[in-house]
Amino acid sequence: MTSRHTPLHQIHEQAGASFTDFSGWSMPVRYSSDLAEHHAVRTTAGLFDLSHMAEIRVVGREAAAALDYALSGRLSVLENGEAKYSLILNDRAGIIDDLVVYCLAQDDYLIVANAGNRDEVVAELTARVDRFDASVRDDTDQTVMVAVQGPVAREVLDAAPELHPDTELSDLGYYRITSAVFRAESVDTPLWVARTGYTGEDGFELYIDKDHGAALWQALVAAGVDYDLQLCGLAARDTLRLEAGMALYGNELHPTTKPAEARLARVVDKEKDDFVGKAWLVEHPEPSTRILVGLVAEGRRAARAGYPVVDPGTMDVVGQVTSGALSPTLGYPIAMAMVERDYKDLDTELHLDVRGQMVPARVVALPFYRRRKD
Amino acid sequence: MSDVPSHLRYTSDHEWVLADGDSLKIGITRYAADALGDVVYVDHPAVGSSVQAGAIVGEVESTKSVGEIFSPVTGTVVETNQAVVDDPELINRDPYGEGWLFRVDTPDSPDLMDADAYTALIGQ
Repeated sequence: MTSRHTPLHQIHEQAGASFTDFSGWSMPVRYSSDLAEHHAVRTTAGLFDLSHMAEIRVVGREAAAALDYALSGRLSVLENGEAKYSLILNDRAGIIDDLVVYCLAQDDYLIVANAGNRDEVVAELTARVDRFDASVRDDTDQTVMVAVQGPVAREVLDAAPELHPDTELSDLGYYRITSAVFRAESVDTPLWVARTGYTGEDGFELYIDKDHGAALWQALVAAGVDYDLQLCGLAARDTLRLEAGMALYGNELHPTTKPAEARLARVVDKEKDDFVGKAWLVEHPEPSTRILVGLVAEGRRAARAGYPVVDPGTMDVVGQVTSGALSPTLGYPIAMAMVERDYKDLDTELHLDVRGQMVPARVVALPFYRRRKD
Repeated sequence: MSDVPSHLRYTSDHEWVLADGDSLKIGITRYAADALGDVVYVDHPAVGSSVQAGAIVGEVESTKSVGEIFSPVTGTVVETNQAVVDDPELINRDPYGEGWLFRVDTPDSPDLMDADAYTALIGQ
């Protein structure tokens, strides 16, 4: 299969990026060093191209009601400019994908889904809104999505003279989105600026027409010079999101994973009249036998996805690592793992089978890393 | 573009070998180091242990992945590089110098690739 390129591919090549295939897209995995890019997001700011992610619009008079039926959360409560993290479930309440829903207007919603699930999410949404006065449009190919993440992310955006948000970014709350204008060579291009992210830091995600994506990227790079803004690839994004304890589709989330197993019951509103997956959840109110936990381990060897989690007394396998890395920020190995519920309590001692070596680990609360909020 | 020094010999497992006094000095190539990303952990074979050519004798881990170290030769490990245990990123910064991994004393003269053959292997 030939990898797809984002509209910024050439810019990444010129910047010296290494590429990796991700869900059929050739994406920058790193520009300089995974660790340097990771630390930049924790200390200054990082710039990511996320154009592989799916941008799906649900529009129409009954768009809000349609989303209440199609997704796990109650989206109809969103005011203009508000966002919500949600799930799209199958009939057995398994997770088809996790996504962020932005209310652009009461009849216009932007849904950001994972690249690999784009076609399925579009197809499911299209089928589910059929009974409503609403329609689904896949804008992925027309959209460049970039993220600026880190403690000085807002300063970087404010320093870009081309960027004119309709709401002052210092007044834009977390999980809020504002319309904006990108003014380059006296041409105004509309875009959306959201205060959301996947790194555990303050940060912004910007959505602009693909023809103006390169100019936006270059403007952000120029604005970031005084702030040590680093270009960041998917390797840094993965360690950042793991430290932030955020689930990743394909690792923590699968079509067989129930929301409560991934500790996402809070984003399922069982009080809603009806939604896809509700019937199964009502019929199966008892807790599942497994649940996601955070683990910290000794030494410097990281357990990776798929490694067994072992009861140190019986040596029985009691779970499986879903994501793991040596935390660049914390300096010790961290992992998320799906374990039997008997092993979910904080401070439970477990072993991680790291290629045959038993590494002591302990259950901890998620996230592993929480930024200091001033 | 990965550099491939001409004075070294190479394996298809992306290791380099330098005949250095009585023993062979072994490390991983820049191509391998770049592919791994930032190395954060190194596991050496024990000094004094016997190693077989082609056998797994250690690991290098980056934040993203794990790479196995194969011994290019059969012999006895006579020294390991503690500096890369203390500072694994030496492997990224200087894979052919300070980032070497271990030395093996061997009676064999192994059949290895020269720089041109290795360059062709990695498609540079």
